[in-house]
Amino acid sequence: MTPGQGFWGDWLEAPHRQVTGGPVDYLMMDYLAEVTMSILQKQKSRDPSLGYAKDFVPSMERILPIVAERGIKVTANAGGVNPRACAQAVADVARRLGLGGKLRIGIVTGDDLLGRLEGLLARGHELRNLDTGRPLSDVRDRVLAANAYLGARPIVEALRQGADVVITGRVTDTGLTLAPMIHAFDWPADAWDLLAAGTVAGHTIECGAQCSGGNCLVDWKRIPDLANVGYPIVEARPDGTFEITKHRGTGGRISVAGVTEQLVYEMGDPAAYITPDCIADFTTIRLEQAGRDRVRVSGVRGRPATEKLKVSVAYFYGYKAVGTLVYAWPDAYEKARAADRVLRRRLESLGLRFEAIHTELLGADATHGRLALEDLAVEGLPEVQLRIGVRSPDRAAVERFTRELAPLILNGPPSVTGFAGGRPKPEEIVAYWPALLDKSMVEPCVEIVEV
Amino acid sequence: MQLVELAHARSGDKGDTANVGLIALRPEYYPTLVKQVTAARVARHFKGMITGPVERFELPNLHALNFLLHGALDGGGTISLKTDAQGKVLSTALLRLVVELPR
Repeated sequence: MTPGQGFWGDWLEAPHRQVTGGPVDYLMMDYLAEVTMSILQKQKSRDPSLGYAKDFVPSMERILPIVAERGIKVTANAGGVNPRACAQAVADVARRLGLGGKLRIGIVTGDDLLGRLEGLLARGHELRNLDTGRPLSDVRDRVLAANAYLGARPIVEALRQGADVVITGRVTDTGLTLAPMIHAFDWPADAWDLLAAGTVAGHTIECGAQCSGGNCLVDWKRIPDLANVGYPIVEARPDGTFEITKHRGTGGRISVAGVTEQLVYEMGDPAAYITPDCIADFTTIRLEQAGRDRVRVSGVRGRPATEKLKVSVAYFYGYKAVGTLVYAWPDAYEKARAADRVLRRRLESLGLRFEAIHTELLGADATHGRLALEDLAVEGLPEVQLRIGVRSPDRAAVERFTRELAPLILNGPPSVTGFAGGRPKPEEIVAYWPALLDKSMVEPCVEIVEV
Repeated sequence: MQLVELAHARSGDKGDTANVGLIALRPEYYPTLVKQVTAARVARHFKGMITGPVERFELPNLHALNFLLHGALDGGGTISLKTDAQGKVLSTALLRLVVELPR
């Protein structure tokens, strides 16, 4: 199994490289970040034939002939809030490629809760925010999307019904990888250690090249040929052990240290990595280097799944805008700070109210804050980028802020440049509301389309 | 010495919480990390930069520690006004921490 996309926007070449670079049985494509669903819901409300990850269709157009010829199966959450329309678009492309009668597309739905929220709330499912404890009724009138995270099971069912390409809405990233293993090895629903092992495999490759040398800090200067990076491959066995490798002749690196970096990425309590399919215990994972660019994974233990599904709700929060100006030596840092003070005073005297005003001096403190300034001689900096952002429920306040930056060029501190991009634009903020819902309230649905 | 000489790290986000996975560069460094890089120490390191508490989890099998930095991301995700809204490089900020390697 190999990932072809670690996120929507990942390398367009990757799916083709992964299916042609050597033998693979399954290609996994992950498109959905937390905020993606609200964007897709908005697109669907304007045009009922949209609402899915459009990039998936040309990607499939390029690889479908190879996929069909070699019998590679694809699992993808590219369906967004409209998996049927996505499947239709892929089916149209397949027919144009002469694959009519040669391909089955599986569609997984049932995750979309937007039309069911009233009923759920009325029946006492409060969908309280996992971080703040607030009930969803607080923001009910601003909800833009609501989706339950489905697990591997409906994908397994689609594969069992002969689907070559499975297109889903919101499912867990790990489910896309676990499902082929459950299907191929016929793992029982209560084989918690095996399900946990498949979940760990999924977590390892769900971010694509981030486990094969990309964004890898350890020994990064000596990681070879990232221009030609190979995305990871999981070679899975029925006993739950697996090896991570990559296609021969590709760049990047598969090492214990690099795989470990990916394992701890976005980690909460490592002993309880909760998915709809099981609870995986990451403190049981054993890694060993089993050859060049090959890491063996074993020992994974799991526990029974919970009776809840995670729900991701997107809601309208307010507005923000971020603007930048660049100040040059001498005193670049001091000039940028002075400009920030001038701007803040002007915003204050205009009586504008913001929930937050955030200033960073890029080149000095933007990523490490005061920790960076402790060992930095700021006087010598050749340039500093002043970056100021504001956030407010009041669009007019944010809009006015965007008009207060440019005047600083002529009426603020000197030696300023870098404003060619023009005035920043106020953006709508769509925020994310995590909650839990009883599993029994969500009924995944599987359909098969014959191309 | 700075942690960067003993460990590597990767970070990510969950809402307004950033996680930092800290991994010993050699297994023999791991006990030093466990002993010196405590949740309290990390909370002091990031004081003023995060608004919530710090939790620590141990992964002796991977010679790694996982830290959760709550309230680290100005609301997180789309709300945040930070360049590093998802805490992607907070991992490297932790590597500035000074520890002592026992002889």
